[in-house]
Amino acid sequence: MDRRKSIKTLLIGTVSAGVLVEACTTEDKKKVLANDNAKISGLNRMKEEAEHEKEVNSKTFFTDHELATITLLGDIIIPKDEVSGSASDAKVPEFIEFIVKDMPQHQTPMRGGLRWLDMQCLTRFDKTFKDCSHEQQIEIVNDIAYPVIKDKNGKLLSKRTIKPGYEQGVSFFSLVRNLTATGFYTSAIGMKDVGYMGNTPNQWNGVPEDVLKQYGLAYTEKELKECISFDKK
Amino acid sequence: MGEFQIKKQPRQYDAVIIGSGAGGGMAAYVLATAGLKVCLLEAGPMYDPATDSCQLKNPWESPRRGASTKYRPFGDFDGCYWGWEIDGEPYTNNGGQKWEWWRARMLGGRTNHWGRISLRFGPKDFKRKSIDGLGDDWPISYDDVKPYYDKIDKMLGVFGTNEGLENDPDGFFLPPPRPRLHELFIKKAATGIGIPVIPSRLSILTKQVNKERGQCFYCAQCGRSCKIYADFSASSCLVIPAIKTGNLDLVTNAMAREVLTNKEGLATGVSYINKDDMQEYQVTGRTVILAASACESARLLLNSRSQRHPNGLANSSNVVGKYLHDSTGADMGGIIPELFDRKRYNEDGVGGMHVYTPWWLDNKKLDFPRGYHIEYGGGFGMPLYGFNWGIEKLNGAYKIKGKEKEPGGYGASLKEDYRFFFGSHVGMAGRGEAVAREDNYCEIDPEMVDKFGIPVLRFHTQYSDYEIKQAKHMKETFAEILHAMGAVITWGGDDGPQNNYGLHAPGNIIHEAGTVRMGDDPKKSALNKWSQAHDCKNLFCVDGGQFVSQGDKNITWSILALSMRASEHIVEELKKNNL
Repeated sequence: MDRRKSIKTLLIGTVSAGVLVEACTTEDKKKVLANDNAKISGLNRMKEEAEHEKEVNSKTFFTDHELATITLLGDIIIPKDEVSGSASDAKVPEFIEFIVKDMPQHQTPMRGGLRWLDMQCLTRFDKTFKDCSHEQQIEIVNDIAYPVIKDKNGKLLSKRTIKPGYEQGVSFFSLVRNLTATGFYTSAIGMKDVGYMGNTPNQWNGVPEDVLKQYGLAYTEKELKECISFDKK
Repeated sequence: MGEFQIKKQPRQYDAVIIGSGAGGGMAAYVLATAGLKVCLLEAGPMYDPATDSCQLKNPWESPRRGASTKYRPFGDFDGCYWGWEIDGEPYTNNGGQKWEWWRARMLGGRTNHWGRISLRFGPKDFKRKSIDGLGDDWPISYDDVKPYYDKIDKMLGVFGTNEGLENDPDGFFLPPPRPRLHELFIKKAATGIGIPVIPSRLSILTKQVNKERGQCFYCAQCGRSCKIYADFSASSCLVIPAIKTGNLDLVTNAMAREVLTNKEGLATGVSYINKDDMQEYQVTGRTVILAASACESARLLLNSRSQRHPNGLANSSNVVGKYLHDSTGADMGGIIPELFDRKRYNEDGVGGMHVYTPWWLDNKKLDFPRGYHIEYGGGFGMPLYGFNWGIEKLNGAYKIKGKEKEPGGYGASLKEDYRFFFGSHVGMAGRGEAVAREDNYCEIDPEMVDKFGIPVLRFHTQYSDYEIKQAKHMKETFAEILHAMGAVITWGGDDGPQNNYGLHAPGNIIHEAGTVRMGDDPKKSALNKWSQAHDCKNLFCVDGGQFVSQGDKNITWSILALSMRASEHIVEELKKNNL
């Protein structure tokens, strides 16, 4: 695909696609999203927020092309490993579609960032990110996945510098990383992965004995006497 | 607008109460239980934690994963309707530091989601002027309120320990929960540098107190309100039981417009808008009890002008709206490297901290006049929106399982990082006493009304050096504790004189008080020592408005005690036909 043609593809893929797909795939996508949100209708909502939710859900923000790119990026950031599944397994792209509608401040950085990424890919590989090979995708991700971070004392923690002109790409990737991580670890798959074990009725009996021992800590006599305990006698 | 008329309720009540939170809920409970006929007006809808709480919902059951909205600023599962802004109900600021005004609109008000921190005021908290010459003394002392603190401890339930502290009085406590791991770290570090850490005092039932309410099952979600009523909310513990007496008529979605008075200047009832049909209503009563929140109650009084009360009701002293103050607040947080890669277990515990630090120093030896207490947080919290945000600031700074990494990144290695840091964060928040000042006030904005046509409040509040120096001291203390426990500060460490040491905007801590204060002198106070208006004997105010000062304590337990005290007085006076 020559560059001019691919820009045209890109245009269809983003700007006009919003109109083009309205007739077909958007309907299906809306259905999927509506179904997902029907599951959350179990939450108590006051009148005004129920109306807000309905309005947010009635809209579609990302084009299919954009959402496909978000899905690819998400699975690069959170791939399946020996512990758990990937970002797309945990429906992170659906979460990101919702959250940018609910938090409009993310819309321009996301849309513009996706466009920035596609432009870099077109320049370098003559293809949009979505159509690049996995190796090409990783090559460009490596250029934007490592922000320059200094510690509190000003010491540089990063080992590499950012390529000139890639600073905005680094900011974009950090946003995608944050949205992906927060979406993933608040899913059932991700919560299990990170090992959050609460949200269930139980009896708090203090820090487990082996953990106290590990850190060289112990409850005082006063605490053992005064605090509620569920010791099995 | 169509048909529009004022509908008068024919029934005459013994009392009309405005607001169903801690103050109004307690008044409703005491009066209805005593057999009086009560009408309770609430500006928001019905809410019963048993059916309406989002308790035990998983993060993915919220499409925004628990993130906040303007409808629920403390997050999607939080048990409070509205907060910093309400559609169609603006307020304005006129110079000074911007006052941030939290307003709940629901049965039980903000008590559905509050932190349950239930601290009695101490003897010194009622007599601050006698100690440091600033502000005013209350017209009552700790001994006047103690019997009511004792009663609500037993009736509503609070855990804690008797420590024999002079200004943090003992009470009737249920057993507290054992400290969590990070709380043991905090306790060891803080006590090592002379800062006391004792069991917190929260109105959560570690043991059952009556048949209507369950015992805590340790989900850490009191902020969502409790389906089994195992923590105190005015909805579950006061208003719903009061309805069961048959003596209480609850009117929800009723936005009070003004207190009505007769030619003699006595209160006759309340006019309100029913938000459901947008019609105007009037309800009459032998007494009117304001409990709409400190600022809403002041707004109602200032909007209730009449020939007998040209400056607003109960305001011949001109103090209504003045002496507005909130708790001060400053915070800091860090990460404890010793807790990296910790063993997993359920450490939810109760909804809030298991230990805290009461004020421990002598202000005479310091450069600011009033104290603060410290609240602590940390550990394995439920992942919610924002969880794991900003990993790039952490994963290049520490060896992860023995490996040095670059900040940021992606892939299986990144997933390892998220697991590695989970549960190692710790945070602390100072909550202190601000000096109540006449020149910190709210007033009626001459140019603006809300969507009901009710004139809105305009705020003018300013912190003084007292509060700023206190915030500086908080920050220094937090840094010392974090350092002593081997933690690395990750947020709140860069605050300084340029931003008042991170001192939160007034109002932000949501402990508004002082606007309808009590006192012996009718020229300097709106209420007498029975929370009764000097200018109008059948009008009372039982919310935070009546406070002369608010100590370094959270005010809810004192609102409850003072409301119970005033309500028992009202019952007696009504029986004697004195009102």
